[in-house]
Amino acid sequence: MDVGKQDTVTGRITTGHEWNGIEELETPIPRVVFLFLGAAFVFALICWVLYPTWPLIWTYSKGLLGFDQRATVTRQVEQAAADRSVWTTQVMDKSYTEIEADPALMHLVTETGRTLFIDKCAACHGVNATGGTGFPDLAAKAWLWGGEPETIEETIRIGINSTNADTRTSQMLAFGRDGMLQSGQIADVVAYVRSLSGLAPAEGDAARIEAGKQVFADNCTACHGEDAKGNKDVGAPDLTDANWLYGSDVQAVFTTVYSGRQGHMPNWGAKLPPLDIKILTLYVHSLKKVAP
Amino acid sequence: MVRLVSGMTVTERQIALVVLLALSLIGLAMAAGGRGDPMGAQGFVVLVFSVGLAFAVMAGYYAPEPDESRLTRYYDDPTKVGIVLTVIWAVVGMAVGVWVASLLAWPELTFVDQAWASFGRLRPVHTSGVIFGFGGNALIATSFHVLQRTSRARLPDQFTPWFVLIGYNLFCIVAASGYLMGITQSKEYAEPEWYADIWLVIVWVVYFLLYLRTLARRKEPHIYVANWYYMAFILVVAVLHIVNNLAVPVSWGHAKSYSLFSGVQDAMTEWWYGHNAVAFFLTSGFLGMMYYYLPKRAGRPIFSYRLSIISFWGITFFYMWAGSHHLHYTALPQWVQTLGMSFSIMLLVPSWASAGNALATLNGAWHKVRDDAVLRFMMVAAVFYGLSTFEGSFMAIRPVNSLSHYTDWTVGHVHAGALGWVAMITFGSLYALVPWMWKRETMYSPKLIEVHFWLALAGTIVYVFAMWNSGIIQGLMWRTYNDGGTLAYSFLDSVEAMHPYYIARAFGGLLFLSGAVVCASNVWLTIRAAQRERRGETGTDVPIVAGAMQAGE
Repeated sequence: MDVGKQDTVTGRITTGHEWNGIEELETPIPRVVFLFLGAAFVFALICWVLYPTWPLIWTYSKGLLGFDQRATVTRQVEQAAADRSVWTTQVMDKSYTEIEADPALMHLVTETGRTLFIDKCAACHGVNATGGTGFPDLAAKAWLWGGEPETIEETIRIGINSTNADTRTSQMLAFGRDGMLQSGQIADVVAYVRSLSGLAPAEGDAARIEAGKQVFADNCTACHGEDAKGNKDVGAPDLTDANWLYGSDVQAVFTTVYSGRQGHMPNWGAKLPPLDIKILTLYVHSLKKVAP
Repeated sequence: MVRLVSGMTVTERQIALVVLLALSLIGLAMAAGGRGDPMGAQGFVVLVFSVGLAFAVMAGYYAPEPDESRLTRYYDDPTKVGIVLTVIWAVVGMAVGVWVASLLAWPELTFVDQAWASFGRLRPVHTSGVIFGFGGNALIATSFHVLQRTSRARLPDQFTPWFVLIGYNLFCIVAASGYLMGITQSKEYAEPEWYADIWLVIVWVVYFLLYLRTLARRKEPHIYVANWYYMAFILVVAVLHIVNNLAVPVSWGHAKSYSLFSGVQDAMTEWWYGHNAVAFFLTSGFLGMMYYYLPKRAGRPIFSYRLSIISFWGITFFYMWAGSHHLHYTALPQWVQTLGMSFSIMLLVPSWASAGNALATLNGAWHKVRDDAVLRFMMVAAVFYGLSTFEGSFMAIRPVNSLSHYTDWTVGHVHAGALGWVAMITFGSLYALVPWMWKRETMYSPKLIEVHFWLALAGTIVYVFAMWNSGIIQGLMWRTYNDGGTLAYSFLDSVEAMHPYYIARAFGGLLFLSGAVVCASNVWLTIRAAQRERRGETGTDVPIVAGAMQAGE
């Protein structure tokens, strides 16, 4: 049985076994296999000598390089911070006016600010900071709380309606749901408010504007002001400009007045170091209005 | 159905009914005990499955007993059913793959606002569908065939192989339906929960015993190398599965369980499992397949018996250490990482020795590779095996891994292995095996095999190249700093940069899926033609083309 046959193609002898027609040749293992195995083992051996590898009872072999991934990453982070400190200390030390007057520094700040903004802020405000329904367009500069760098920084740090103790707090009351205004009155004031920013009146709205003006004077001026230009102390929006946080069509404005609104901005001071907040402030302040 | 049942003795039919009854009671208990929990729904799946099968067994219960002459033949019914299941799972698993790939390219494709339709739930249906559904059924079906032929022994009985095959598919169905309901252990490739895991252990032990019992009955003095690979696959997968799935259920009535391990120990256990699943499920088992069907189809002796044996032990020994390369630069102690890296490098040698042994076996048969798409499938599989094992060892090197890890490069690497190696060797073997099983000269249409080959090859290449590009771009974007020492790109920037490659990947996957559909049609037509021939309807409308193949038995 165990007598091999000669294979005509290779000239090799088979092992003499046969399984349902399959035979195996007695080809010796090619030298190249041992060569590669040796090379791979040498490579492994070098790794073992240089790097921490083998577990010992209480410790492990440390390797000749004294390489330790925790120490390495700590060193790298420190080194990176040191490299950045060339300009980050300037950002921390200088005032907003000084920084913005320094184009070279502003270049570094906005470059960094863009990545930071997209990673932290774009989820709500959008990649181009143009916002969306319920999330302010930061490039439009229609500031609810003020557009000075110091004010922006404060907003980022403590948030709006956030969990921070000093949070900015703001609420549009639910005039309809809470029974302060009747539906007709709401329709009147909606017509009036829409007319303030020159929106084309919806059907039948023209007649309501006068009555709405009175409703507005009685209910809305406390926050939005007599001239409806808003009040940055309480985050009340300017109703005369072209920016509409929750939409400008009759239905959207009606819903705003009927059910109220209360947006939310996290207090980033709890998550970001002061440097990052300052960079974000400068970035947001530097944004140019995007052409619609 | 009746024909399949009639292959079993009456005693075996009774055992089958008892097992199915017990199973349906377990299903009922799960449905009752798990009400208000997703486990209840899983119970109904088990119940419907086992009751349905019980009816099928009862339908054939009064069929005449198989006569004694059956013992002079191999028992191939489970292999045949296994082949059909393999093809079904291939189409389903790959279709879900194209679906999730499309979701990545066009997230708005989530057309129903339902949790089950979300990427996170569909993805494991794809991975388990192709690895366990397609790959696992292919391994079981071919292992039964190879085992009997290379042992010259019939399977020891007619019940156990059915228990293994059907029980395994019950595991797959419970797993896949559970994912859609949100049941998962959150362990990659080990998502099924504790009850499914326990069931798989039972099935797997029976599988291993079946293998040993058949080998013990062998008429050959030596055990052919393919059986070594199949046995390593069964044995090691059992060990991996049991250890990684050690967990404590919240209660008997809850699907949820908590792993015995936590933190970095859990991660290390998971990737020891995960990488060895690649090794022993997706490599060792399919090498067993290759060592039978490739020499058989080529009509050539194995290039080197010694090479196949040292490769076997090399793969078995080195793979066990390599899992930690999945956790480079993590909380895992660095010495474990160095071990994983160095053993991954040495692993390349036996891997390439196996691929080389396969390709050198084709010496003297390269003209067949040119003319026969079936053999070409197997040849390309061996080439992709070599390529992806090289890539794997390369990616295990820590500095390389710092670029490739967490990127699509990993996804590309996995698919170079899964599409190029695992699926190609499976399709090649199926095309060889189907005509042998259904007693025909060739597949219904050799031309469709050719079509499938080119679809599969094109799909694999498009997929892998797309993911190489995507992965390396991702890796570079995540480590590019600007003048100020800050990351130059936000994460979103890298997501946007992936879009064209995700479209290309979905297209590559679609090509591969189309090939699988072509295969399914061809297998279906072959089976139908065989049945018609058996009924004596061999007509002129059946193209029987003499191919370059040898008879299997």
